[in-house]
Amino acid sequence: MPASPAAAVEVRDLVMRYGDKTAVDGLDLDVARDTITAVLGPNGAGKTTTLETCEGYRRPQHGSVRVLGLDPMRERSTLLPRIGVMLQSGGAWSGVRAVEMLRHIASLHADPLPIDMLVDRLGLDSCGRTPYRRLSGGQQQRLSLAMAVVGRPEVVFIDEPTAGMDPQARRTTWDLLRELRADGVTVVLTTHYMDEAEQLADHIHIIDRGRRIASGSPVELTRGNSATIRLVVTEPFPADAPASLQKALGGGVEVRPIDARSLLITGTADSTTLAKVSAWCEQQRVLPESLNLGQRNLEDVFLELTGRGLTEATR
Amino acid sequence: MSGTFAPAPGAAPFWRQVVAQARMEARLMLRNGEQLLLAVVIPVIVLVGGVEGAKHVTLHISHRPIDEFAPGVLALAIMSTAFTSLAIATGFERRYGVIKRLGSSPLPRSGLLLGKVGALLMVELFQVVVVGAIGFALGWEPASGPGTYAGFVLAIVLGTAAFGSLGLLMAGALRAEATLAAANLVYLLLMAAGAVVLPTTSYGAWGEVARWLPSGALGDGMRAAFIDARVDVTSLVVLAVWALLGTLLTARTFRWE
Repeated sequence: MPASPAAAVEVRDLVMRYGDKTAVDGLDLDVARDTITAVLGPNGAGKTTTLETCEGYRRPQHGSVRVLGLDPMRERSTLLPRIGVMLQSGGAWSGVRAVEMLRHIASLHADPLPIDMLVDRLGLDSCGRTPYRRLSGGQQQRLSLAMAVVGRPEVVFIDEPTAGMDPQARRTTWDLLRELRADGVTVVLTTHYMDEAEQLADHIHIIDRGRRIASGSPVELTRGNSATIRLVVTEPFPADAPASLQKALGGGVEVRPIDARSLLITGTADSTTLAKVSAWCEQQRVLPESLNLGQRNLEDVFLELTGRGLTEATR
Repeated sequence: MSGTFAPAPGAAPFWRQVVAQARMEARLMLRNGEQLLLAVVIPVIVLVGGVEGAKHVTLHISHRPIDEFAPGVLALAIMSTAFTSLAIATGFERRYGVIKRLGSSPLPRSGLLLGKVGALLMVELFQVVVVGAIGFALGWEPASGPGTYAGFVLAIVLGTAAFGSLGLLMAGALRAEATLAAANLVYLLLMAAGAVVLPTTSYGAWGEVARWLPSGALGDGMRAAFIDARVDVTSLVVLAVWALLGTLLTARTFRWE
């Protein structure tokens, strides 16, 4: 067997178009082994298309994709047993029972994980005999995750792992993904939840409109001059509010509108800045609903890079 | 690395995967009420109803009604499974992302296809046993001889290939709901006018057309085997041509998603 390459996934200059819509636009992306790597971006950013190209579902129209050093199209039969895939939705017969489906996928692999352990770990015992169509969204997601890992893969690709899950199931899923990483499985996930990326991932690629706009660990991405101030007011701002506040605060900080009632101030924001914002509000006769000084988070990073909020872009 | 989830990837041996897939699909087909209706209930009703009905109306057939109906209903059963059930099941597999999900499993597409064929043969075996048993209970006296067995096996294999490829052609091109409607409609039309249950000779002039349909060819092939202990080469060639046509068109048009 040839020496395993250092990178689990290498995407180079990938371009994918559907009709005249460009879904992926010259994307470069690396995933190191034994990490949890998140591909974060709003809906329609090209996350699923990128993942499906890695999974061998789509042929790159331009550029190249390698997973474990293999071409997912040409070396499909060698690669597929080594990866696990969790689709965004579906993937099971409507009349199949949950555990029956998991057993079936297991039977296609040489040395699958013990079913009972997996069922227990993902809390599927109570719905083991329930037909797929009657499972809740969260149960379907957990079954789908179990199907992705049952073959003891080296890399798992997970598209939106916790969409539709309650907080408890979300924790269980996160714990399982962390354990996979600890046991030597590389986890690649897409998400549009920044808290998921921030808390779970070792490495994050932020993508927007088919391009990678930033990469790094959560700490690297949110570092910088760090603090941000978030101002939310009770009534919509007058149109000139951002400019007026920018003037009042002077250089060193940047004021960005988020929506009609909220603003984000980034840069060397500190308690003096906070006092100035407060004074400005009084002078403008706007009533703050909340005024927060805090660490920059991924939402702020996305906003700075794209001029749009992540949540807003996702809608 | 060690631990619960330590990687140990690998595909199961190809034939084990095919058998697993075939058993799974056969189980799901027989579990589904509508599919069971098509596979067993309707053929049995046609068999019993046909034999009973023949006591009251005159049919243009040259043998005892049960001897004409039993092979015809076997052909109908094969048609319902290989065409209608397969088309509907595959249509919904596409819709629910099952085929997509299996596409990233170790099961290759050839394995998926062979699994489907295996599932059809399992369900057909079950149908042959049920229809045969009821036929014998109604006094069926099939011919027996090498021609019977050869004709029967060839009719099942080529009939399954012809109807199966046409079923996949439909499922791969239409939406799931459209497949559901169209597969049932085609089944009803062929059952009534396709010379499957009754011989092409009983249809008058239309029989000359119907014998070139896969339904008429499968029915005639079955009747030749069980009434005359004969391999009806013409019908089998007609089925083979349909199978070839269906396979070529399916290979060109089928969408896995």
